[in-house]
Amino acid sequence: MADRTQWGSPLDAASWPPRGIFATVRFEERPFVGKLILRGSADTREFLDVSRAVLGFALPTTANTVAVDGDLAALWLGPREWMVTTTPEREADIAERLCRALVGQHAAVTDVSDGRTVIRLAGPSARDILMKGCPLDLHPREFVPGRCAQSQLARAQIILHQIDETPTYDLYVAPSFARYLWAWLVDAAAEYAIA
Amino acid sequence: MSTQPFRLPRGGRIDRARPHRFIFNGRAYSGYAGDTLAAALLANGIHLVGRSFKYHRPRGIVTAGVEEPNALVQLGVGARSEPNLRATQCELYDGLIATSQNCWPSLRFDLGAINDRLARFLPAGFYYKTFMWPPSAWMQYEHAIRRMAGLGTAPEERDSDRYDKRLVHCDVLVVGAGPAGLAAALAAGRTGARVILADEQVEFGGSLLSGSAEIDGRPALDWVARATAELDWMAEAKLLRRATVFGYYDHNYLAIVERVADHLANPGEREPRQRLWKVRARQVVLATGAIERPLIFRDNDRPGIMLAGAARAYAHRYAAVPGRRTVVFTNNDSAYAAALDLIEAGGPVTTLIDIRAEPQGELADAVRAHGVEVIGGSAIVATSGRHRVKGVEVMRLTPDGTGVAGPVKYRDCDVVCMSGGWTPAVHLFSQSRGTLAYDSTHGCFVPSRAAQATHVAGICNGAWTLAECLRQGFTAGTAAARAAGFVEVAAAAAPPAPEPTATPPRILWAVPSDRAGTTSKHFVDFQNDVTVADIQLAAREGYRSVEHVKRYTTSGMGTDQGKLGNIPALGVLSDVLAADLPSLGTTTFRPPYTPVSFGALTGRDIDALADPIRVTPMHDWHVANGAIFEDVGQWKRPHFYPRAGETMRAAVDREVTAARTAVGILDASTLGKIDIQGPDAVTLLNRIYTNGWTTLEAARCRYGLMLKDDGMVIDDGVTTRLAPDHFHMTTTTGNAARVLGWLEEWVQTEWPDLRVYMASVTEQWAVATLSGPRARDVLAAAGTDLDLAPTAFPSQSMRQGAVAGMPARVFRVSFTGELSYEVNVPARCGGALWEALIAAGAPFGITPYGTEAMHVLRAEKGFIIVGQETDGTVTPLDLGLDRLVSKTKDFIGKRALLRPDTQRSDRKQLVGLLTEDPNEVLPEGAQIVVERRPEPPMPMIGHVTSSYFSPTLGRSIALALIVGGRARHGETLCVPLLGKTVKVEVAESCFYDRDGARANG
Repeated sequence: MADRTQWGSPLDAASWPPRGIFATVRFEERPFVGKLILRGSADTREFLDVSRAVLGFALPTTANTVAVDGDLAALWLGPREWMVTTTPEREADIAERLCRALVGQHAAVTDVSDGRTVIRLAGPSARDILMKGCPLDLHPREFVPGRCAQSQLARAQIILHQIDETPTYDLYVAPSFARYLWAWLVDAAAEYAIA
Repeated sequence: MSTQPFRLPRGGRIDRARPHRFIFNGRAYSGYAGDTLAAALLANGIHLVGRSFKYHRPRGIVTAGVEEPNALVQLGVGARSEPNLRATQCELYDGLIATSQNCWPSLRFDLGAINDRLARFLPAGFYYKTFMWPPSAWMQYEHAIRRMAGLGTAPEERDSDRYDKRLVHCDVLVVGAGPAGLAAALAAGRTGARVILADEQVEFGGSLLSGSAEIDGRPALDWVARATAELDWMAEAKLLRRATVFGYYDHNYLAIVERVADHLANPGEREPRQRLWKVRARQVVLATGAIERPLIFRDNDRPGIMLAGAARAYAHRYAAVPGRRTVVFTNNDSAYAAALDLIEAGGPVTTLIDIRAEPQGELADAVRAHGVEVIGGSAIVATSGRHRVKGVEVMRLTPDGTGVAGPVKYRDCDVVCMSGGWTPAVHLFSQSRGTLAYDSTHGCFVPSRAAQATHVAGICNGAWTLAECLRQGFTAGTAAARAAGFVEVAAAAAPPAPEPTATPPRILWAVPSDRAGTTSKHFVDFQNDVTVADIQLAAREGYRSVEHVKRYTTSGMGTDQGKLGNIPALGVLSDVLAADLPSLGTTTFRPPYTPVSFGALTGRDIDALADPIRVTPMHDWHVANGAIFEDVGQWKRPHFYPRAGETMRAAVDREVTAARTAVGILDASTLGKIDIQGPDAVTLLNRIYTNGWTTLEAARCRYGLMLKDDGMVIDDGVTTRLAPDHFHMTTTTGNAARVLGWLEEWVQTEWPDLRVYMASVTEQWAVATLSGPRARDVLAAAGTDLDLAPTAFPSQSMRQGAVAGMPARVFRVSFTGELSYEVNVPARCGGALWEALIAAGAPFGITPYGTEAMHVLRAEKGFIIVGQETDGTVTPLDLGLDRLVSKTKDFIGKRALLRPDTQRSDRKQLVGLLTEDPNEVLPEGAQIVVERRPEPPMPMIGHVTSSYFSPTLGRSIALALIVGGRARHGETLCVPLLGKTVKVEVAESCFYDRDGARANG
């Protein structure tokens, strides 16, 4: 997929104009983030060891937490399911190394880099905007940097990952829903608009 | 503009520096910031605000709160106009425009008032008795009745306001910011718990705003100010004013509507008008207060007759006295306190009539000391005055309270303040499924057993003194916080709040009178014009259940839901039935507590945000090239691509013909795709699909049918073996998520031993399907490293390679009966792939086709669509797909296929239909009969499932499910339509290229 001129993302500026400038929040698409669904049993020492050897860090085994190391991250999605994220185009290499290392084990690696895009939401009002459509408790006592969850935002399914205390969030959303969600976010942020 | 003759010279919580002008029924008046519309009207001496629902009797302001039954107004004009608002809740703003409802042609002269004279012909249940025959006429009656009884008008314009939502969590939600609620919020907040305090009023304080109570030796409002300031300072306390908690649902889920901008003359464009809060609370403290009851005496509905507590609120909080000569009528102490407040504020009270025999105690003495005539053991037996009460007649009650005797005393007045005691507002508690207990001393229901994590405090919990309200508030707040895991460092003690010693009320549901008459009535429910006589009639006619009496008499219906009248109505019913009141129970409390606008519930889920619109990576090309779209679930799919001036039929014919004679291209990205991996993947497929998968070789594709355990088809699709333990499954567009859920359910619950993992890859891949005799040429022209020769890349196989420089999986499977390649590339390349294929295909006449042409193409081949040829009652055998049902292995639905019912020969079976007239295209869903009879009924033996004009065959074709259909080949049947009967011949379901040579070439 070396020819980047052939790439398009669901929220390309050219095809999707609604934008806004907001005083206390900003959002942007992070297209082409590498994403792998990694399945395997956290009860199996071997699986955890092999995964750590490839990723360089241990898969998180606490529900809804994220382990990060450099440009690699692993989001806990279920008792036997993680999403490994990485910089664009690095996913194939990681997938291949994982597959090779996991040969003979009951595990699976699926490339879903194109199956979801990422919208990054950052700023003091980011939490309030999410609270307009997300049923999770996002209070800093309950949801902190390094937490993730699969949930809803408005009528779209998302994976939510809090990055820092700004707060900054990454929203993983299926590309077919991305324009809807973007439009919803622009609308929800209307009260913070300055342009 | 008139002055405000009933405005007191000082006092009140209004801002005299900010006068507001407003218009009521076309006349201009003035008031102040801090007024409600009702308060401003009373300050201007206006009591008459509406007409009653049924008899159109003149009605005045009765209350000072949400329980108001009479003072309903239409507020505003144009798009922002809103009907049925309570004047007692509408905050005054400059330029407010309000009109009375339910009167024509004017408030003072209302033609409908003739109903009052005809009352004897309009008893309870009148509508049921009169308008039910003939049944067909109800539509006409209803129209007229609705106009007659109308409650305001919905605006016809689009709502121009914004409404917003917020989904929040908290440790303790406190409902109501009166003394108990403030105390609870303080106690909970001091522990560091996340507290939300919501109150429907403009400012906190509840009943303390309307009285002269003292706390800790100082005015109670000083305490309120200190408490509010402390709460404001708490980082984790959220204070919501103008916020009504209207629903209490399961798992401590409550809904609040916050009126953000209703009180503003010019609300900001980006600010919402109202905000809906959906709260998940660990613990809830209900401190919802109490509602004063009216006394049910003869003609108790004249303008000027109001609740004593309301009169006190107007004088105290709004500095507006309701009148110059006040008579008080009560059965309890609170009206004495109200009388003293009124006198202090400057509203003379002349007479106080008490149902209780010998009014004694501090309060009675204090009232007498102001020169008020106190008449004990007596009752008002009549009132006079048409648009405003002028006087009352008083007689002595007999000792048992069922009659009156002795001489009639007449007293002039312009206001009657009544109090029948207080009803705890247990609405939310009851909505939460908490049980109630009857307090016979105070004649009301109080909370008994909570059903959820609920605490109750204050007068809504039967705390009849201020000191007890405060104590309960602190206790409940502390307990709630502790239950949520927060403990206070230093316990807070409730401050002292001394009050005069109380004497118990005397409950007398219907106050007797010395005469009866058709135009005099004891009103129980003001808004619905329900009288004591109506309830007595219902009881005589055999109604026993309160729920039935409510619906028969309409007592407790309407916008106020009987907040004043429900308990008195129960009392009257218990008297008539000689039954214990608690044994009758109450009618069910349902959300919302007070009416909520549709706008608030809808929020921003309107227009383009009403439902997600899902688009594929190629969407922008379709738009740019004039596609007409079809909604397939939430997806927008191109339906067809008309050229300038082309009809749909012409466009579809052209697209079908292109795919049959040259090459067409379809955006098939919406197809469901599931990645299945693991050594037991093939076992899973064998159990899920009806056909066998063990022998499928790598890089080969196979069509599969999926059944539910009842043997009925639920999905179909092509699955490909990528590697020995790795499969790529496709599902129908609409079933993508459902099928993945189906697989997960079986693997997680029934077969956890299977070593297999699934992942959705529906949106990972963009799919362009090339179909037609030139499909191979296009793929070659686009540039590929795949060997496309039929021997190297046969039908029903998959190859991975590059197409137009993109990494691709190409599946050679066909849903059109033509040579087809489904080219899958990562979604980011979808747009580029599409454009590359269109460009490469130009020399071959490539034609984009939409879902309609796809349907025609597959119908010509007799291929089914799940959900069109199937409806959850169709087996593979019914579809003639026996060859896909394995006899050698087990699979979901197999046993159901062995039931005698699924093996009947007279089940509906899939067949083709050919109309006698080749140009006649049957409507889908049309019923099929053997022969048309002159009149229904006639036995229907099936229906049309798909029907199109086939340009390939130059005639119409249809698929149908028909009883014993396969045995009927060659038979002629009838399709009765409006005004004609179409003759059809039963045929094979495959109309074109039966041996499949075209797809396999």
